[in-house]
Amino acid sequence: MLRFTIKRLIGMAVTMFFVSLMVFLIMELPPGDYADRYAFRKYSGTGVNVTQADIQAIRADLGLDKPLIFRYFDWIGNIVLRGDFGQAFAFETSVVKVIGDKVWLTLAILGVTLIITYAVSIPIGIYAAVKRGSAADYGLTIFSYLGLALPNFLLALILLYFANLWLGADVGGLFSPEYQRAPWSFGKFLNLLGHLWLPAFVLAWSAVAYQLQTVRATMSDELNKLSVTAARARGVPEGKLLVKYPARLAINPVVSTIGFDVNRIFSELPIVAAVLGLTELGELLLKAYLDLDMYVAGAILLLLTFVIVFMNFVSDILLAWLDPRIKLGG
Amino acid sequence: MTAIKAGGPKSKEERAAEKERQRLLKYYSASQWTLIWWRFRRHRAAMVAAAILGVMALLGIFAEFVAPYGPTTRDTNYLDGPPQIPMFCDDNGCSWSPFIHGVKTERDPVTLRAISVPDPEQRLYVTFLPQGEEVTVLGLFTTKTHLFGLEEGGKLHLWGTDSLGRDVFSRTIYATRTSLSIGVLGVMISFVLALMIGGIAGYSGGLVDAGIQRITEIIRVIPVIPLYMGLAAAMPKEWSTTQVYFAMTIILGLFGWPTLARRIRSQLLSIRNEDYVVAARLAGAKPKRIIAQHMLPSFTSFIIVDLVISFPYMILSETALSFVGLGLRPPAVSWGVLLQQAQSVRVIEQTPWLFIPAAFVVIAVLAFTVIGDGLRDAADPYSEAR
Repeated sequence: MLRFTIKRLIGMAVTMFFVSLMVFLIMELPPGDYADRYAFRKYSGTGVNVTQADIQAIRADLGLDKPLIFRYFDWIGNIVLRGDFGQAFAFETSVVKVIGDKVWLTLAILGVTLIITYAVSIPIGIYAAVKRGSAADYGLTIFSYLGLALPNFLLALILLYFANLWLGADVGGLFSPEYQRAPWSFGKFLNLLGHLWLPAFVLAWSAVAYQLQTVRATMSDELNKLSVTAARARGVPEGKLLVKYPARLAINPVVSTIGFDVNRIFSELPIVAAVLGLTELGELLLKAYLDLDMYVAGAILLLLTFVIVFMNFVSDILLAWLDPRIKLGG
Repeated sequence: MTAIKAGGPKSKEERAAEKERQRLLKYYSASQWTLIWWRFRRHRAAMVAAAILGVMALLGIFAEFVAPYGPTTRDTNYLDGPPQIPMFCDDNGCSWSPFIHGVKTERDPVTLRAISVPDPEQRLYVTFLPQGEEVTVLGLFTTKTHLFGLEEGGKLHLWGTDSLGRDVFSRTIYATRTSLSIGVLGVMISFVLALMIGGIAGYSGGLVDAGIQRITEIIRVIPVIPLYMGLAAAMPKEWSTTQVYFAMTIILGLFGWPTLARRIRSQLLSIRNEDYVVAARLAGAKPKRIIAQHMLPSFTSFIIVDLVISFPYMILSETALSFVGLGLRPPAVSWGVLLQQAQSVRVIEQTPWLFIPAAFVVIAVLAFTVIGDGLRDAADPYSEAR
């Protein structure tokens, strides 16, 4: 197990290295560089005449005149060694300050979404497989189709509308106005929980639709196995039998796709966040892209991907623990 | 009595057997693609979905003719106007041809906003093939004739108008073309990439394969929409609508290939050492020819399934990107661009018809998914004899 874990850790580090390269390339893509945008932003409308030399000075000051590869190592070195993600020019402060506790808010949204996803999709998927061909099964299939077809921002808007109608105005965002800038307290935490369900529901919707299909398919396969027939012949009660043989195995593909689910959730996050007015990383990422604040965008993209890679690692370990055969293969 | 009894069923049996023989003969002599088509045809939902998509594609192709007005034509007399649904009857009686009520401007009693309200005294009849704006259909011939409109130069807004008085129906039809064609081009680009990358990986195996697998894994690990957003954000602001359009197809195609490449690779790997492939290799055929002529045909149907399934992702990604302002930009119209106007709850309350393009997105995505399912069942027509 230890060897397996170490192997996976190394794989994770290698993946992150390549990911960071790609993220850096994306940061470099927009025309012009940080110095241009910084100068434009800082001095436009102030009447100060910015010359090419001034921009050059800023560039040299920030080390932006070095070749690409050096800049990459500057950037990643600062992140790994000092936890410094660079400067956020739109806010005129460091990226770390801008991101701040939004990381935890994002992780909270992710956590609640994942819990909802699995709490709903696993039991219902098993139920659908056991009652194959029933009305409930068909209903769930239709739901799955809809879950994949309904654009998340549309779902978010519809839910927001009905939540406003039935529950009053205080549903969008992550906090009520009075807690928005307040320091952390138990009250604020409860307030957060009260707001989390809406984004979590929206984000879980398509994840549930997807996992439902997976669980149902695997469960259907497992139900036809001889081990199930044999157990039934031995007189094992139906409920116990389900848990003991097919359900145990039907969870494996779910565990192995945790990283995939996180990927899907993060992929949808910026848009859902924009619609629901969530002040977390997805929304900040979108804002950063629109402002071409590439250090912020790069940092967030890197963080989100890191969480996904980490969850992939967790899922590998969990899977090896659930199904020891995996270790031998991997 | 007994003779009839014995003779009747026997000849019936014989006839049934003959019919069955004919059926099997037809079945066994049919080509693979005929079989696939037969099996697909039996999938009722997929056939309906295909028909719906066909209609959508036609609407998009002949957008200039179907849409009564241009995508940016403004009707300043009817801002934020609700849909005008043609009717046959009103308080003043019925008529054989459909009509709508005229429009007059009033002040909202509460907000004092100028609003357009229907004028029940005035009837405007719907006509087919009226003369309107001059348009070029298919880029080939110009015409002033449109599919439908109003007589006497009135303007029919079937699905209402937006805040600038632009016809939602016309814009949705034009957007259908943009969104579907972006999907097609994106899928085509990712297909070519997948074919090359998956082909190289699957045919060579070994180190090359391992390297390509690694790259695929890394691309798959970065969340897709944020990645697309990053690339889309880099598009210079001064680019023209056409440039942005093609850039979007490239962005969508550039990262759509991993799933398909993986499929091609694994299929190629599994048949790499089949006798007929080895024979072709020994006969001196070049790798390109072996892959294209001998290996690919054995799983073309699966590739088609994967292509169809990847459409929804393209369409949803484009919609999402345009929705947040990082994809296509006005004056281009796509489903996502149209939905940009429907970003807040206020829109649901005041101008819900701006959400009609969303219905197109949902229907298109559902249709592609259902067709994909039908094709998947049909892709391997030999799986159980019929």
